[in-house]
Amino acid sequence: MTDALLSIRGLTKAYPGVVANDDVSFDILPGEVHALLGENGAGKSTLVKMIYGLVKPDSGEMRMRGTPYAPSEPKAARAAGVAMVFQHFSLFDAMNVAENIALGMADPPPMRDLAARIREVSDQYGLPLDPWRVVGDLSAGERQRVEIIRCLLQDPKLLIMDEPTSVLTPQEVDILFETLGKLKAEGTSILYISHKLEEIRKLCDEATILRLGRKVATCTPRDTTARQMAELMVGAELHTPTREGRRPGEVRLALKALSVTSPGQFGTSLKAITLEVRSGEVLGLAGVAGNGQDELLAALSGELRSGAGMVVLDGTAIGDKGPAERRRMGLLTAPEERLGHAAAPDMSLTENAALTAAERQNIARNGFLSWNRARGFAREIIERFDVRTPGTENAARSLSGGNLQKFVIGREVMQDPEVLVVNQPTWGVDAAAAAVIRQALLDLAEGGTAVIVISQDLDELMEVSDRFAALNEGRLSEVRPARGLTVEDIGLMMGGSHDMEVADA
Amino acid sequence: MVTLEKRPQPSRIVAWSTPFMAVLATMIAGGLLFAALGEDPLVAIRTIFWDPLFGQHAFFYRPQLLVKGAPLILIAIGLSLGFRAGIWNIGAEGQYILGAICGAGMGLAFYPAEGWFIFPLMVMAGALGGLVWAMIPGLLKVRFGTNEILVSLMLVYVAEQLLASMSLGLLKNPQGFGFPGSRNLQQYPSAHNAELIAGTGMHWGVAAALIAVIFAYVLLTRHQLGYHIRLTGEAPRAAKFAGIAPARLVLFCLGISGAFAGLAGMFEVSGPAGQVSIDFNTGYGFTAIIVAFLGRLHPVGILLAGLLMALTYIGGEIAQSSLGLPAAAIQMFQGMLLFFLLAVDVLTSYRLRFGKREAA
Repeated sequence: MTDALLSIRGLTKAYPGVVANDDVSFDILPGEVHALLGENGAGKSTLVKMIYGLVKPDSGEMRMRGTPYAPSEPKAARAAGVAMVFQHFSLFDAMNVAENIALGMADPPPMRDLAARIREVSDQYGLPLDPWRVVGDLSAGERQRVEIIRCLLQDPKLLIMDEPTSVLTPQEVDILFETLGKLKAEGTSILYISHKLEEIRKLCDEATILRLGRKVATCTPRDTTARQMAELMVGAELHTPTREGRRPGEVRLALKALSVTSPGQFGTSLKAITLEVRSGEVLGLAGVAGNGQDELLAALSGELRSGAGMVVLDGTAIGDKGPAERRRMGLLTAPEERLGHAAAPDMSLTENAALTAAERQNIARNGFLSWNRARGFAREIIERFDVRTPGTENAARSLSGGNLQKFVIGREVMQDPEVLVVNQPTWGVDAAAAAVIRQALLDLAEGGTAVIVISQDLDELMEVSDRFAALNEGRLSEVRPARGLTVEDIGLMMGGSHDMEVADA
Repeated sequence: MVTLEKRPQPSRIVAWSTPFMAVLATMIAGGLLFAALGEDPLVAIRTIFWDPLFGQHAFFYRPQLLVKGAPLILIAIGLSLGFRAGIWNIGAEGQYILGAICGAGMGLAFYPAEGWFIFPLMVMAGALGGLVWAMIPGLLKVRFGTNEILVSLMLVYVAEQLLASMSLGLLKNPQGFGFPGSRNLQQYPSAHNAELIAGTGMHWGVAAALIAVIFAYVLLTRHQLGYHIRLTGEAPRAAKFAGIAPARLVLFCLGISGAFAGLAGMFEVSGPAGQVSIDFNTGYGFTAIIVAFLGRLHPVGILLAGLLMALTYIGGEIAQSSLGLPAAAIQMFQGMLLFFLLAVDVLTSYRLRFGKREAA
């Protein structure tokens, strides 16, 4: 095809031990929203990095409007009209929107002019944003707008978006889609990476599916079911988590007006959170990132202490106890940030297995660690959760994000917790692995564990939760049965309509 | 163009070869330095690295290797535990001095009584002296969040003043004709840290250094505490998540490095040095920092690095006397070693890529 904006031919990139991309070819047409689909480790990010000039392909070629295109660095890619919105924002909290945008420009105009341009672009594309606000005070959705506007100011021909909706409320997703619609109408092409297949069906014109570095299929998302796409990605039949009708048992974990001040300057303090989780029940907590999720997890793991009586596990007040003691009592947690928080990046999987399991798995005896038992436990996790790694002695940071996620969730799940709290359990994990993790959580509940799932993925919460609540600015909404909730109800709960804020009985 | 590319995981082979690369680079740069001073670089290098071991007077210098190496190793082992956890005790020199003062003070308190129990008491007093001195930055850090690097370093100068005061006052030899300095412990059998086997340089301090190496090795590889130390250094947030109390670890690491430095000072004052004097400390506490890093903060590495550093000390002295090289040149030589080590260290996490990038 000669009328393609960007045509990719035979792109190959190998790293020691893995071929990240193997002979990948496809075209992106002008004004097309093109989806890039694949499991974790399928090679999506490597491919995108090659397009954006962060990684150099080993072989193959790209052509931009028929002329050879081989960006040596992102600056060259930007000059050619390629812009990218990353999954992780690179913004300075202490600076305002305009300053942040100016930082990314080679030759920034005077602040006043830039602010006017920002306002203009934000009006034009329906992305409300005040250029003078400090980024630290913005929600994740607003931060993303900063990144998008930063890209739009370059007047890109191709906009790459890496999982843009993972941090947004349903209402914010709608706004984003409208913006993308306008861009598309103007002839801008969009390369869209996401795990959310329904979203892709709604938005994208064309989809390229990668598996193990190779292109395995192309499809038109509108004419393909989400299930078919998922199966193309996985290369096997997908099984959706199932659960039997559960009868909740007695209260295992109770929070009584839990209030904790956030240690971080831009963190969110928890304000009088009251809830109960029962044996055999999954409580889903929604909320846009930065509304107290991290603090709640820390207050439950014991990293943040509170008044003793604010956290009660099986009738014992534990609010003032540390993580080790809580773990001993059966309260296990898995934080959102995998590298550096849930796992030590440069330590092996064996060593990371001992991080939370030293006592419960008998790895430590009289203060001495048995690396054999730790290795055995690591191997069990790897097998049961299908963690793709050459072995237990590999450093945690050598695993792809999704695989490490399977490992850290698996590590907690396999320790038979009494109460398990997970934050973003399937963040960045592909459909098949996410299904495995969700099933594991449901199985735990089946076995009598009380489970709290904190997540920004509403589909996930609706799939696993028995009861549902949302965090907003450190407060908890009313806790309601998950069945029968509409998307509007949830949006209102997440948006913090405070008249609904009633303490859980 | 040369570019740095991050490795998917840190290379173990490179991590272990960087000390050798650093030694080699130091030899080359040092050789140039000596050449600039008007010496034949090959002769100078041979004098420093070869003569102490295999030269004409090697029989005299070889025992010195243990005498000089033992305090370096003992101190560096203690420091390395803290360094692993990101706790920076820079004041080992001060803790070394305090260990010597307390150890010698304990011995001299019994003078002239003899008894088997005196030496063990001195060992305990030496360790305790270093430990208490290191607890000052430790408690200040835990309680008020002060920077342990600054506080421990400042306390070195306080310790030096204390040492001078002790040599001139409290511990001054009453029969010393007014000269500063304490009684000579070498002449007080119960307090003398004599050679265990005559002519080998092997004294109790050497034994203690070897025990410390084994202790640190077992602690770091087998014990939960060692795991916590490593975890805290590599991922502080993960360590907190695992349930490690940072304050306790700070106190443990500073305490043990202080105690080891104190022990080294005590063995030195009661053995090779013999007496508390104004110029008792010779910078072992600072050189041990180089030793710790040169040994990759690994106990066995530190053992080897300590011996190497002892060699440059001895070789440096020979070079001073036989070639007339200035003492500063030798110190610079040792400094270069740390400098080059830190420089080549970047290769453990990054690899070099040669060749031009393609233009867009």
